[in-house]
Amino acid sequence: MTGTWQLVRLALRRDRIILPIWIVLLGLTPASTVAAYEQLYPDAASRMALSVGAGANPSIAVIYGPAYDLTTAGGFTAWRYGLFLALFAALMSIFTVTRHTRAEEDSGRLELIGSAVVGRYAALTAAVSVASAANIVIGVAAAAGLAAAGLPVAGSFLLGLGVAGAGLVFTAISAVTAQLTEYARSANGIACAVLGGAFLIRAVGDSTASLSWVSWLSPLAWPQRAKPFVDNNWLPLGLAVLAAGLVLTVAYQLVPRRDLGAGLFPARLGPAIAGKSLSSPLGLAWRLQRGALIGWTIGAVIVAAVFGSIANGISDLVGSSEQVRQIMERMGGAQSIVDSFIAAIAQMFGIVTAMYAVQAALRARSEETAVRAEPLLATSTSRAAWVGSHLAFAVLGSAVVLGFAGLAMGLAHGLRIGDLSQVGGIFAGSVAQLPAVWVAGGVAALLFGLLPQLTTIAWGAVSVFALITLFGPAVQLSQPVLDISPFTHVPKVPGSEFTATPLLWLAGIAIVLFGAGVTAFRRRDVG
Amino acid sequence: MTTAISVSGLVKTFGRTRALDGLDLTVRTGEVHGFLGPNGSGKSTTIRVLLGLLRSDSGRATLLGGDPWKDATELHRRLAYVPGDVSLWPNLSGGEVIDLLGRLRGGLDQRRRADLLERFDLDPRKKGRAYSKGNRQKVALVAALSSDVELLVLDEPTSGLDPLMEAVFQECVEEERDRGRTVLLSSHILAEVETLCDRVSIIRAGRTVETGTLSELRHLTRTTITAELATPPNGIAALAGVHDVKVNGNHVSFDVDTKELDAALKALTQSGVRSLTSQPPTLEELFLRHYQEEVA
Repeated sequence: MTGTWQLVRLALRRDRIILPIWIVLLGLTPASTVAAYEQLYPDAASRMALSVGAGANPSIAVIYGPAYDLTTAGGFTAWRYGLFLALFAALMSIFTVTRHTRAEEDSGRLELIGSAVVGRYAALTAAVSVASAANIVIGVAAAAGLAAAGLPVAGSFLLGLGVAGAGLVFTAISAVTAQLTEYARSANGIACAVLGGAFLIRAVGDSTASLSWVSWLSPLAWPQRAKPFVDNNWLPLGLAVLAAGLVLTVAYQLVPRRDLGAGLFPARLGPAIAGKSLSSPLGLAWRLQRGALIGWTIGAVIVAAVFGSIANGISDLVGSSEQVRQIMERMGGAQSIVDSFIAAIAQMFGIVTAMYAVQAALRARSEETAVRAEPLLATSTSRAAWVGSHLAFAVLGSAVVLGFAGLAMGLAHGLRIGDLSQVGGIFAGSVAQLPAVWVAGGVAALLFGLLPQLTTIAWGAVSVFALITLFGPAVQLSQPVLDISPFTHVPKVPGSEFTATPLLWLAGIAIVLFGAGVTAFRRRDVG
Repeated sequence: MTTAISVSGLVKTFGRTRALDGLDLTVRTGEVHGFLGPNGSGKSTTIRVLLGLLRSDSGRATLLGGDPWKDATELHRRLAYVPGDVSLWPNLSGGEVIDLLGRLRGGLDQRRRADLLERFDLDPRKKGRAYSKGNRQKVALVAALSSDVELLVLDEPTSGLDPLMEAVFQECVEEERDRGRTVLLSSHILAEVETLCDRVSIIRAGRTVETGTLSELRHLTRTTITAELATPPNGIAALAGVHDVKVNGNHVSFDVDTKELDAALKALTQSGVRSLTSQPPTLEELFLRHYQEEVA
């Protein structure tokens, strides 16, 4: 344990910006809800309507967790934020622990420190201490905020500390995953997979009355199962501390069983001879990009299925609040609320897929800066073939992501309402986003060809498109400004009429952007 | 004799820096040509112009009879390149990278690949991120040396290799020369260049300052003589081309310009030579002298 304190100070110094951001965001958000609740639901009647409309809706429980009492601000806050705060506290814990353990070993920096007078367990202890302290500060800050906003003190602390408890469990889980593999990315990946599993387990338990007990298997459900402000059951908090302690013991048992820098799972060897597919630039691009494409597609399918399954219940939730109804209509169109909800989600898919397209296109740039493009371009691979192999993922990969997302949302919605006739329309609404996504990818391709040092501007462009599309109508921006975002021009399907003209225009612009990008790349210096 | 690479008056600027300032380089077909120069002198820039990765601002460059910029993809079938800093894909095994690069060049010799893997003691199953710097270079070397090409362009290919592997590398380059392949070898390791290269070009600040065979270059430098004489030396210090004379009784040591060697030895024999050692000029001295002159 020698040296732990120095490592704690080092970690706090390195995290002096990111940890305060987490603490402020997670610690202060819940208190702001209290006032909003009083405004949105001023009287008993509106609160009853909310309880009946949203509280009893299993499709909403999939996302927010169970609602025990929506007639008080405390019960509402526990329902609205209990799960999300736990989720983000868990993410914060995973990243913090991995950053100060496996990431340090992965980069070789820990070896430098390990050769100084530092005990074997010092790095793990320091990382766990910092993450735990951050969780407790978040919990106490959230509790103090809620109490200051006028909620009962006991419930406030039960909710705040419950969130901290979930964070502690995932601190311990990532302390274990940091021991397993050699790479920080894998350590984060395994811990996040556990987190995703925990989210899904409780989604099943919270939305299915007969399987309610299943949620007890997920640490993410515990803050809400403590029923803060309703029953104030402190047992789940004890459960969290106990679980964190047990899992942490496992992590400490694992440390002496491995060498510094090594994982418990040995690094896997690859094939000695390349497979047939690895014979062309496209074959290589597939190897490099397939992981991201598969990950994005699976993520899109899961999220789309969740939104599809709650779409039909949305009218109940919206029905209780005139404000939300107006916002929804502004986001979508003046059609039935379910249709505009689905169209709005399709637009969200478009914006998120635009990020995928930019990432896939800019892979060419990261290959170039990592000096991995030169050896390939010194073979008979032409520049157009090489950059085209990456841009193909921006073009076709985003079609895969959007197609699967549309299909999953359509099927989930169709199965929920027992009518699959709308699957085609929902699929079309999602795929209609493609030309707009291609424009975003084309901006990245053009920057890559013309201004390779400034490719990050592509992210700025996507952010601007997203902000204009998501908030532009609500803040009543003028039409010329709204028109800057390609997503403004996509017909909102289902609901509105489908028109191909704007999509053809967008596709034409995208073709010009991609073509100009490739042409510019063929004329410039590499490196 | 035909030329594989012919460069004259090559200029390349990056913003305000003039990386190449009228560089000349001629590599004859079938020779191993050493390309020497300190860090930042423009070796890698020249190579990258020759590979069509950079476009020169002015000057003329011909590679295997073609234009390195316009005919890049055609020419690249006939050459293999090993960069100085080999960066591999983290999730591809070494064997996969060797095969990929070989196939993209138009095929590689499987027997030679297996032979080279064994001689370089390289495990092709490891993933890119698991290799050390030296092993990454071996991956690129095996890929290049087992390709069926006319020209090898090697940019400081041995900077991460241990002495044993350095020896293997030298053997391999000798074999390539015996097969009639042309090699452009940029290097910092002067012993390697002395062993391998038929001709050498030395560049400084983007210009060629010296080019020729090693023996031609040796004429430009000095030999160190140490002798024990029967009587104290007489008049040595006054001879043209003799420098740094140190006399200690009957012992004398001095440097002499190679072209004045004959006169100096005649002067020594007049005093009766009992023992004599002469140190031929090393490339290192030549190299250092060029840069010291620069500093002075």
